[in-house]
Amino acid sequence: MEEKMKLQPKDFQALEVKEELDAEKIAAPSLTFTQDAWRRLKKNKGAVISLFIVLIMIVVSFGSTPFINRDTLVKSQPQYANLPSKIPGVNINGFNGKAKVGDVWVDKYAQAGVAKDKYFVMGTDYLGRSLAQRVVYGTKISLIVALVATFFDLTIGVTYGIVSGWKGGRTDNVMQRIIEVISSIPSLVIVVLMLLVFKPGIGSIILAIAISSWTTMARMIRAETLQLKSQEYVLAARTLGQSPTKIAWKHLVPNLSSIIIIQTMYTIPAAIFFEAFLSFIGIGISAPETSLGVLLNEGQKNFQFLPYQMWYPAIVLCVLMISFNLLGDGLRDAFDPKTRR
Amino acid sequence: MPEKRKKLLEVKHLKQYFGVGKPSMVKAVDDVSFHIFEGETFGLVGESGSGKTTTGRSVIHLYEPTDGQILFDGKDVSKLTSRKDHLEFCREMQMIFQDPYASLNPRMTVEDIIAEGLDIHGLAKNKEERRAKVEELLETVGLNKDHASRYPHEFSGGQRQRIGIARALAVEPRFIIADEPISALDVSIQAQVVNLLKELQEEKGLTYLFIAHDLSMVKYISDRIGVMHYGRLLEVGPADDVYNKPLHDYTASLISAVPEPDPEFERNRKQKEYDASIEDDKKGKPRKLHEITPGHYVRCSEDEIAMYQAKAASYEK
Amino acid sequence: MAERILDVKNLKINFHTYAGDVKAIRDVSFHLNKGETLAIVGESGSGKSVTTKSIMGLLASNAEVVGGSIMFQGQDLLKKSDKEMQKIRGKDIAMIFQDPMTSLDPTMKIGRQIAEPLMVHKNMDKKKAMAQALEILKLVGITNAEKRFNNYPHQFSGGQRQRIVIAIALVCYPEILIADEPTTALDVTIQAQILNLMKELQEKIETSIIFITHDLGVVAGMADRVAVMYAGQIVEYGTVDEIFYNPKHPYTWGLLNSMPTLSSTKLEAIPGTPPDLLDPPKGDPFAARNPYAMQIDAQKQPPFFKVSNTHYAATWLLHPDAPQIEPPAEIIRRAKIWREIQEQEEVAKNRRAEAMKHADVE
Repeated sequence: MEEKMKLQPKDFQALEVKEELDAEKIAAPSLTFTQDAWRRLKKNKGAVISLFIVLIMIVVSFGSTPFINRDTLVKSQPQYANLPSKIPGVNINGFNGKAKVGDVWVDKYAQAGVAKDKYFVMGTDYLGRSLAQRVVYGTKISLIVALVATFFDLTIGVTYGIVSGWKGGRTDNVMQRIIEVISSIPSLVIVVLMLLVFKPGIGSIILAIAISSWTTMARMIRAETLQLKSQEYVLAARTLGQSPTKIAWKHLVPNLSSIIIIQTMYTIPAAIFFEAFLSFIGIGISAPETSLGVLLNEGQKNFQFLPYQMWYPAIVLCVLMISFNLLGDGLRDAFDPKTRR
Repeated sequence: MPEKRKKLLEVKHLKQYFGVGKPSMVKAVDDVSFHIFEGETFGLVGESGSGKTTTGRSVIHLYEPTDGQILFDGKDVSKLTSRKDHLEFCREMQMIFQDPYASLNPRMTVEDIIAEGLDIHGLAKNKEERRAKVEELLETVGLNKDHASRYPHEFSGGQRQRIGIARALAVEPRFIIADEPISALDVSIQAQVVNLLKELQEEKGLTYLFIAHDLSMVKYISDRIGVMHYGRLLEVGPADDVYNKPLHDYTASLISAVPEPDPEFERNRKQKEYDASIEDDKKGKPRKLHEITPGHYVRCSEDEIAMYQAKAASYEK
Repeated sequence: MAERILDVKNLKINFHTYAGDVKAIRDVSFHLNKGETLAIVGESGSGKSVTTKSIMGLLASNAEVVGGSIMFQGQDLLKKSDKEMQKIRGKDIAMIFQDPMTSLDPTMKIGRQIAEPLMVHKNMDKKKAMAQALEILKLVGITNAEKRFNNYPHQFSGGQRQRIVIAIALVCYPEILIADEPTTALDVTIQAQILNLMKELQEKIETSIIFITHDLGVVAGMADRVAVMYAGQIVEYGTVDEIFYNPKHPYTWGLLNSMPTLSSTKLEAIPGTPPDLLDPPKGDPFAARNPYAMQIDAQKQPPFFKVSNTHYAATWLLHPDAPQIEPPAEIIRRAKIWREIQEQEEVAKNRRAEAMKHADVE
């Protein structure tokens, strides 16, 4: 493939290497790790929706604190007992104040003599308390329990894992055996043992979760630390004279952050569910404090006739857990350096 | 070569055994002794499993040596007991690593990576001085000032290696162990990094221990060379002597296996086979490094010295 | 005239990334003759791996072939579906990769792995396939083949694993073997053995090899013809002697200059790094690092200029009106060897002509 191209003599003059042809320049815009991860997370529709749901739930439940507190919960209004939900503007049977009795839809609000402008979005429970309020409050309690569990995960679990992985050898062996002992005891057994000593309530649940849930995080962190400690940048930090604590903080934790965040996203629904389960079987939180599990318990008693009393808390619980799980999946994919482009 | 040069590093009977006491014990470094003169480059070559990387890492205390003595500038640094000793040692001796993709913390900016040494040893009084020093180091290694705020993944392999070199230079060491610094780089980039190392050596009076398996590159950069195999040092001597007049059969076979970018040469090159059993310990005839010609040592037993001397003489013909 | 078994024409491939389209392959053409070894040399990012992956149909999902054709056995491989390519891969065109650790299935016995292509592509029954696999295992130099036939990959060393990988690739006697840096991860003594093995097998199996590497020493020992790639294009190609002793492109000069030999005293590095293919430069992509660059290099991409029937280089320095420049010392040294080779060929040609004349007379 030859072409005799007509060229001017000036074309053959030497080219000075100008600044524009600087070969060391980097063209693409700089992206930090977080920016890159966020960009990838945005592509995952499920994760983004879950993120919004989680955020909304957190804002609504914690934002309700000035409005819904123990006083409002304790107040019982027997005249409003067991009303179905009435959403203004919605005229679907089941959501307009009507409930099925036998085969007939009956307007329960009219039956109870409720004022025309009073409505309960999710209906009321057997004491006439607004279910919506109780669900919001219950979600808050569930989230608090989850956050405390996460806190213990982070502090105890991560530190334990890093120390175990970094030290290696016999220390690591002993620490891992301890974890095995703790994790082999079913958490339910731990809770029951707690009950022998403490009163059932938020405190004992939190203690039970704290004792048992950090082990998974510790194991994962240890495994990753074992791998990270032989990475050359950690070796470089050692040759520079960096102390082990600073190495853990500056080099290990930032590179463990993906795992930490992802694992947290899975711990939270597990903790929520655990608390709900305990409360459901009656050894968790007791009245008048409420949580999603307590609501499920109460609703379950009336399930045959007043199904909505169980449906609402159940749906909220499911949505909460699924959202955290999807978000966790999305974050795991977004943080995975192997698929990073 | 002047006779009374100062020995900056002396390694005596270094042993690094992994899994001591267990049946799976590995003698990664088995009684290795050598010295490095101030201002020179000592090349340590060997194939994978030879123990060259372990040797380097043991000298710099990334692995604690199982046995042996390490003297740096006359001072015994075989065991670093106090933190103060450790910090002093780190300022004298630094390391450059092999994998440009794993030797920089992906979550740190280039500035923080290079300044880590400055921070640990308190070499910069304030933020401005820190920045200034980092920029100076970046320019020394041929990168731009504005690279300081970027992240490692935005750089090519060669550029990352240069960042690693800048990091090592930050604490102003006298001795740098380069552990296969170019093995993971493209050929044309290897020359850039090697030339940079040579320049820096002249400018700053550095001494290098250059560990590699690329024989041509090692010969180009080294003044003296040691050949390792199965954890033992088989031959040590001036670079030219070791390459052009190899004494140990292993060295000869290694050299014969290196391909040259020269088709005529390649058409005629014949690889020499090597039988590793000649290294096996013979009862009652311990082997150690003996000087055959001035400066040129071979690992052999007493009764083999004559054979090697004859070999050396045959090259002179 | 050599028979062409692979013909790549005007190949153009883009990669879609978050920052835009990376023009990884920008108009690449080359061919492979039967029975020869073609080496494709280049740095990382030059496009050599992408080129061979496109031959095999193994490009990543964000790659788009925007032009060109790859003709093999009279058909365009780029137009084939994945199912059709599956019939070709392993049977007519085989590929071996760099890392022997990850090229083999760790949970399958190696004998079975070697026999698999026979069972899949040639519909051989298991017994026959295993027998033939054993034969080729011996051929690649694994001692004690009968016993080792039933071992797992982790029971072999790196060099042995690479031999097994070669066995799997060659078991169906493919027409083309693509070797993507097969010895880069191996020790130099093992590398020498593997390369010798490949040369032996090439003759026995009568396969043609495309060899990708950045090690010019390996190229000098293995290749019949060489193509030099830079920034997604081929900048020079020719026979191995032409490229090593009479190179014409400044990048090739730079490569030869920057490689240490056992007799090097000075290494000239090529300064800078290859251009970002997100936004490829307008003219000659090597201009920014080329000490011999001219004004025209920043304006227009050079076409291929003919140096001989087999040797072409894409550099404006070969334009008839271009000034004569002095190449680096190393290249001048090689040019001397080139002249010697030319003289020897002349002498040999004359002798042959004389012999023919005598034969006619008799």
